[in-house]
Amino acid sequence: MVNIKINGMDVQAPEGSTILEAARLAHIRIPTLCYLKEINEIGACRICVVEVKGARTLVTACVYPISEGMEITTQSPKVIEARRNTLKLILSDHDKECLSCVRSGNCELQTLCQEYGVDDAHEYEGAMNEFELDTSAPHLVRNNNKCILCRRCVAACEKFQSVGVIGPNMRGFATNIGSAYGMPLGSTACIDCGQCISVCPVGALYEKDNTDDVFAAIADPEKHVFVQTAPAVRAALGEEFGYEVGTGVEGKMAAALRRLGFDGVYDTNYGADLTILEEAHEFLDRFKNGGKLPLITSCSPGWVKFCEHYFPDMTENLSSCKSPHQMQGAMIKSFVAKQKGLNPKDIVTVSVMPCTAKKFECKRDDEDGTGYPDVDVVITTRELARMIKRAGIDFRNLPDEAFDDPMGEYSGGAVIFGTSGGVMEAALRTAVYWITNDDTNTPVEFNEVRGMGGIKEATYTVGDVTVRVAVASGTSNARELLNRVKNGETQYDFIEVMGCPGGCINGGGQPQVTAEVRNFTDYRTARMNALYRYDEASAVRKSHQNNSLQTLYKEFLGDIGGEKAHHLLHTTYVKRGLYEEV
Amino acid sequence: MATAEQTATVLPFLGTPEQEERLKDVIDELRNERGALMPILQRAQDIYGYLPIEVQKMIAEELDVPLEKVFGVSTFYSQFTLTPKGKHHISVCLGTACYVKGSGIVLDKLKEKLEIDTGECTADRRFSLDACRCVGACGLAPVMTIGEDVYGRLSADQVEGILKKYEND
Repeated sequence: MVNIKINGMDVQAPEGSTILEAARLAHIRIPTLCYLKEINEIGACRICVVEVKGARTLVTACVYPISEGMEITTQSPKVIEARRNTLKLILSDHDKECLSCVRSGNCELQTLCQEYGVDDAHEYEGAMNEFELDTSAPHLVRNNNKCILCRRCVAACEKFQSVGVIGPNMRGFATNIGSAYGMPLGSTACIDCGQCISVCPVGALYEKDNTDDVFAAIADPEKHVFVQTAPAVRAALGEEFGYEVGTGVEGKMAAALRRLGFDGVYDTNYGADLTILEEAHEFLDRFKNGGKLPLITSCSPGWVKFCEHYFPDMTENLSSCKSPHQMQGAMIKSFVAKQKGLNPKDIVTVSVMPCTAKKFECKRDDEDGTGYPDVDVVITTRELARMIKRAGIDFRNLPDEAFDDPMGEYSGGAVIFGTSGGVMEAALRTAVYWITNDDTNTPVEFNEVRGMGGIKEATYTVGDVTVRVAVASGTSNARELLNRVKNGETQYDFIEVMGCPGGCINGGGQPQVTAEVRNFTDYRTARMNALYRYDEASAVRKSHQNNSLQTLYKEFLGDIGGEKAHHLLHTTYVKRGLYEEV
Repeated sequence: MATAEQTATVLPFLGTPEQEERLKDVIDELRNERGALMPILQRAQDIYGYLPIEVQKMIAEELDVPLEKVFGVSTFYSQFTLTPKGKHHISVCLGTACYVKGSGIVLDKLKEKLEIDTGECTADRRFSLDACRCVGACGLAPVMTIGEDVYGRLSADQVEGILKKYEND
């Protein structure tokens, strides 16, 4: 331990700590903007400056290591003035239209300006950069007029995802975050994951908002509007309404959706169980009959696009299964339509997803099993929260309600789809049953594939069958794993990949988590645990035991992996280049 | 102000297979060194005279780094240029003495006659144009250089005649 003084108080902190970390131990919060633990420790924004006795200038607390006897002042007038000046300088080239900004209320810059009493946002008036909005990508808008050049998005794109399609261009005042040669993002090998949005402290990056499309569809008397919500949404939506991170709000969410006026409130967990039946079947078929292995999951559209751009020679390894909400959309427009006597052309399917890449996925080719798009509109968890607030629904005081039949029932295997390792675990639960024909003496939990590890591996032997599996989340981990497979270093039979680190619970469409929370709490595990609690509480934990699905196959689809299932529930992939020709 | 779009190379790429081979050799020589991108870009600019997108793509693919990374570095350092130099490179001094004596007007005249902006090259690649800060000949202000030739005590109406001297060269 190292002995230091912070604001005159004795503090002990582990060797190697930064001033920021040591102050945290003493319950002193030093503000940050550019700092993101482990991925963006660049000391660039200078909001975290503090005084160190004997140091020539103020130092940046986020990267400055402590040493024995160091005396630090974090709140002197000099420090406060320096931070205030930095904020004013940021504001001097910042689009200050806060009233109409999507991030007003949870903008980290706005919060700091309030805390530091920045009373003149126009003190340093002068030249300002002017950038056009980039709306070329299917999932987001880039507004560089709001960008504060913290580079957190650049770090997320490069380090979490090893995509790296955005970075700092030019120098000095002209510096801007963008793509090579100013290409619109839609022309690059962006995978639409939205991790850049998740880490943006301000309103420079935000999803394309489809909430008005949903309100309009609900209001249209000709349309029957069915909504479904992904597993991970229930683990995070509560954060938008003041609940602690990791609070599950499934019942209130279903109640809120009903009050928004949807004609059917369904759970994508149903589609997840359906995916397991089709995908476990596909796996065993490939495994037994010499098909292309390893089979790689295809639930995550960010990951699928990554594979198409960066590993085009491995698209044959992707499961042909559509992602759960697309499968479910196809079932709503066929099976439910038939049950309710509706024409699929009058049906609007809305998916609430923790994901921005789903906005791209629903517009892909071969995602229209009935001849109509499986899913018409995708909104993120954030957009759903916006709709609930706009509709004046008192979320916290809603009763817990259930989803509608026939797409309300789910197994515990389905709800864990929202975390890294969940799809693998759910598939194993069912595959083991299909191999052994034994549902009582076979395992339910596969702990080796759980948790926040970037790459998880396990080997399972069931009867005379040995299956080698691997799980990766975050496409930088996926890249590493697939390179190992390509180089022949390791061999697997079945691989799960989720595009975002930790899986959908940390998707690019989930409620914003400020850097403060990101840097000092394990919010991802808290959200994961919420889903594992739903799994444990489920009466049925294996997808093949979902009764509604047994009815679906018996009355409508026929065989698992059969012709009708293939037509409605499976899709195809394309090989993409790294950039459109410019 | 210059945006990334405006720095894009508009002139067709005229790289030869020999140049590409030299670039590949440079990359092979340096690829395992830390921070290889900077020296590779420097040598690539020696080979091609500038860093067009075709060259940046080759470097990105060979080093297995995103094109954006290469572009970001090449637009950060002023030693790199994304436009080719013309056969005759014109540099107009905008240092204090020259500027006071009207070099800005000379520069405007050049832009008008050549139909290019500073940092650009004419379509026939005969002339490229840049502004610089002091060539150390303040006594001759305003000054410009064309290749090795220095022109002093300039006025805008001399520009056309001077350019003519290089038109058939």
